[in-house]
Amino acid sequence: MKHLLSAADLSRDDARQILDTAAQMHDVQQREVKKLPVLRGRTVVNLFFEDSTRTRSSFEIAGKWLSADVINVSAKGSSVSKGESLRDTAMTVAAMGVDALVIRHHASGAPLQVTDWVDAVVINAGDGTHEHPTQALLDAYTMQARLGDLAGKRIGIIGDLTHSRVVRSNLILLRTLGADVTLVAPPTLMPSGIANWAAAEGFSYSYDFDEVLPKLDAAMMLRVQKERMSGGFFPTPREYTVGYGLTRDRLRALPEHAVICHPGPVNRGLEITADAADEARSLILDQVSAGVAVRMSVLYHLLGGAENA
Amino acid sequence: MERPDSTVPRPEADPPGRIVLTASDISRALRRIAHEIVEHNKGVQDLVVLGIPTRGEALATRIVALLREIEGVDVPVGSLDTTMYRDDLRSQPTRAVGATTIPDSGVDGKVVVLVDDVLYSGRTVRAALDALGDLGRPQAVRLAVLVDRGHRELPIRADHVGKNLPTARSERVSVRLTDPDGVEEVRIATPHGELS
Repeated sequence: MKHLLSAADLSRDDARQILDTAAQMHDVQQREVKKLPVLRGRTVVNLFFEDSTRTRSSFEIAGKWLSADVINVSAKGSSVSKGESLRDTAMTVAAMGVDALVIRHHASGAPLQVTDWVDAVVINAGDGTHEHPTQALLDAYTMQARLGDLAGKRIGIIGDLTHSRVVRSNLILLRTLGADVTLVAPPTLMPSGIANWAAAEGFSYSYDFDEVLPKLDAAMMLRVQKERMSGGFFPTPREYTVGYGLTRDRLRALPEHAVICHPGPVNRGLEITADAADEARSLILDQVSAGVAVRMSVLYHLLGGAENA
Repeated sequence: MERPDSTVPRPEADPPGRIVLTASDISRALRRIAHEIVEHNKGVQDLVVLGIPTRGEALATRIVALLREIEGVDVPVGSLDTTMYRDDLRSQPTRAVGATTIPDSGVDGKVVVLVDDVLYSGRTVRAALDALGDLGRPQAVRLAVLVDRGHRELPIRADHVGKNLPTARSERVSVRLTDPDGVEEVRIATPHGELS
């Protein structure tokens, strides 16, 4: 594995190893001196063509705690705003001798394209509506920390599935780890061809959140991505909440041991009520803190060893 | 480096070579090391014993059990992983990271005894000292090893040695312990696996 572009790049062993290492990195995070010398002399560039707070800053912190030099390049304020192409930007940055490019781009497949143009390790930090593998890893890490081994656990992914890149990565990774996944969304936000996809990958899907809810070990609520919606996917926000939001009533129907995840940023009151987001069972802040540990682990696995390993 | 070569467990077949330490030799050596630690430290106050994964961890646990027998006190024990401090990371595929567990008492102002199975080039110990430096500032650091096979590449020596074992660089030393290997012995093998 040279790059991390998709959750499908990870075998079960790879995923387990990354999650195990993340647990060690998490311990380092609690120390007074949060610095490991592993990536000393390596340079990581965060190339972000889309806005991001937690992904970019956690990659930055992760790189720094591993002693790499980390540089942020965002579309705003760079030559991208002068009309430079992705290829030219990537090659320019790579020509400076960087070891890894962490790329967030609005076009699905952009990081994969970049691998053809540069020698550096490429990490997909979210491409369009395609994938976001490090988010899936940190979700799995967080749930595993609370629920134990995810094999056989029932995990629901609920919300705006059409516009989400998190759902595909999570689905692939959770299946790799042996979890039992159910996708829940209103028909307008369910990916097209879901029946074939579900049959091929071995997961289930439903349009009825209330029916799925009582059986879950984890409810992963996805954000309603207003910025990607240009049509009428649901009549009113209120109607969405009634059908698919994690409301106070649904919170009661969720089993006692079950946990709540949300990749953030949260639309409070829309897909999740403030009560649910702030509950003890809510892992939302754990997810953020795991983000750094998981990304340290990913950087270590991709950059820590020999070049051609 | 000594770790990957000399300590790879071979649960199924016996590794080649002759036995240089038997189970009772190992027990006696550990008991002596425990006594030396107490003597040198004039008791067990402020001691922390840290094993270097994986065999060093097992040895550390056993040394602490012996210290309890000798002094009747539970000495804090932990493990110190050196993977991310190694100087050969770039020349090998990525390694799995082991566990670092530091007792709640921490290492600041303590006398830390590092425990490993084989002392060879000294590079693992160098990495352990760097790792320890990021965790705190011990009052002193000592090193206890079951086998010292020579061929140091760094100015490092052990304070407590189970057995000095003159070896050729080409020879392999394999340490196996009841826990985790199910067998307890130290073997030395010549390069082609001939029995000598």
